Amino acid sequence: MSPTSDPAAPDIRVVADASFIASHRLTEWVSSAPTMEEDVAIANIALDLLGQARGLFGVLGDEDQLAYFRDASDWHNPVICELPNGDFGHTMLRQLFLDVWLSQVWPALADSDDETVRGVAEKAIKENAYHLRHSSAWVVRLGDGTDESHQRMLAALDELWPHSEAFASDAWYAAISQLLTDATLPPPPPRTRFDGERGNDAQHPWLPELLDHMQSLARAHPGATW
Amino acid sequence: MQLWEVFVRARAGLHHQHVGSLHAVDAEMALENARDVFTRRGEAASIWVVPSAQIVASDPDDAGELFEPAMDKVYRHPTFYEVPDGVANL
Amino acid sequence: MDLADGFDARVAAEDKVEPKDWMPEAYRKTLVRQISQHAHSEIIGMQPEGNWLTRAPSLRRKAILLAKVQDEAGHGLYLYAAAETLGTSRDEMVDQLLAGTAKYSSIFNYPTPTWADIGAIGWLVDGAAIMNQVPLCRCSYGPYARAMKRICKEESFHQRQGFDILVTLCRGTAEQKAMAQDALDRWWWPSLMMFGPNDDASPNSAQSMKWRIKRFSNDDLRQRFVDATVPQAHFLGLQIPDDDLRYDETTGHWQFGEIDWDEFRRVLSGHGPMNAERLAHRRRAHDDGEWVIAGAEAHAAKRARRTTAA
Repeated sequence: MSPTSDPAAPDIRVVADASFIASHRLTEWVSSAPTMEEDVAIANIALDLLGQARGLFGVLGDEDQLAYFRDASDWHNPVICELPNGDFGHTMLRQLFLDVWLSQVWPALADSDDETVRGVAEKAIKENAYHLRHSSAWVVRLGDGTDESHQRMLAALDELWPHSEAFASDAWYAAISQLLTDATLPPPPPRTRFDGERGNDAQHPWLPELLDHMQSLARAHPGATW
Repeated sequence: MQLWEVFVRARAGLHHQHVGSLHAVDAEMALENARDVFTRRGEAASIWVVPSAQIVASDPDDAGELFEPAMDKVYRHPTFYEVPDGVANL
Repeated sequence: MDLADGFDARVAAEDKVEPKDWMPEAYRKTLVRQISQHAHSEIIGMQPEGNWLTRAPSLRRKAILLAKVQDEAGHGLYLYAAAETLGTSRDEMVDQLLAGTAKYSSIFNYPTPTWADIGAIGWLVDGAAIMNQVPLCRCSYGPYARAMKRICKEESFHQRQGFDILVTLCRGTAEQKAMAQDALDRWWWPSLMMFGPNDDASPNSAQSMKWRIKRFSNDDLRQRFVDATVPQAHFLGLQIPDDDLRYDETTGHWQFGEIDWDEFRRVLSGHGPMNAERLAHRRRAHDDGEWVIAGAEAHAAKRARRTTAA
């Protein structure tokens, strides 16, 4: 079982980078969400994920060094996190995949020998429970909504599924299949582990462009304080 | 999309207070939106959401008959009564 | 006493007006216009800052800015809700914004080319907004006053974080300090314009003041803002871009130069640098969101049918 997909022994570098990049993609939605209420909701999730990433970055080193001065090849996030945003349904489905994975990962980290990691995990468990409510409710609404929303969710599932194996474990698959069924979306068969990309040592096709933008100001003034 | 009224209880022991309204398609969304919009600064122990159409409100035009008669029934207020000296626990 | 006189007397006595109370049509219309413009401004205002959210140069700044922009969405929400109590739906107000027939604060039609602009917006634009908003906490219309109280509580963090950004820049590298000065050079005059035309060019003010929808005059508030802000610029070590700025010992106020009212009118009428982009962004968000809302409504309807059928 790859380190990424074994929720019982999560690599905190992977969890930190996954949360950080996921937060960044959500941040791109702010001021463009379908409703004002959803702008507030998405910002809340992005803030929580950013906080979780910062908590783990603190264990790994200097948070700004890690965020702004690492090149793409040094990041450990699953590729699914860095995919450019699709439509709102695509974003909610991707978020659901991440939320289910984190709901299995954080309890394991709450058992960590490291006190700081334990602290981050305990807080994250509650935040994650709320995020999971939000993403699962949206996937169900849109999967089982109008014909158009259903079609869009099928398209999102098609695009995201091949990238999901970074999260895939039996527990993850069981939870996701149930949620997809509730959303009237047919759960695809589980990917065999190690097909195609593997999250933490795969290439990062979309990360260079993301980092190029995100790191641009910090890198333009190395050593500066903000 | 429906309009919902939001009531928040700041902590146990207090009443729920009306804090505003928002839009949502169902009760679950209304509750979560209310949580996100109205409780970011730790202002809530409990939230109620009610579809605005379900609120029954008194008509301001009836304020005279509804509220003014109570104004002159001062015998409902404890201070109207003089307690004789020497009487305790009253 | 007729209804209108009774209303005027109530307002003069600092009584609050609540949603179902009788009110003059002109009062209702002015309020809907004022509150909805304010709401539109909050929502549009998310854009100039959102531009830097994804490039914020430290994680702390990123988190703070995200919380601020989130607050602005919330503020828009409180204000649309307050306006809705007057009988106009949120959809109607949003449609007017998207059609380009509604106004919003023209300050948001300026671009944000540098990170220092984020600091300047917090310090100057939110600072000016606070000047305007604190008196509105006592305005005559209950729902608007209550929304303003909530907003004011949240807004002071907005101004402080902006000032904090600039303090750090001004204590930083030469490039950072130059960035801060450049931002001040571009945001100073538009911030002064936020208070609106001079009093003698402001025909609606008198009625709004009588109805306690407006508590202080434009020039009054603008002067207060200048007096509060000039010392802050001095603290930062920055130059205010006004050669006529000087302290008047007799009045205790900072005198300042003439505002370029042509620029004000141009930007207000839709010809500012970012007007088209701000509205286009909102239209895209609105159009992209339609299928989502339709899906959510369809799902809610299905669930309701299933519940009653069960």
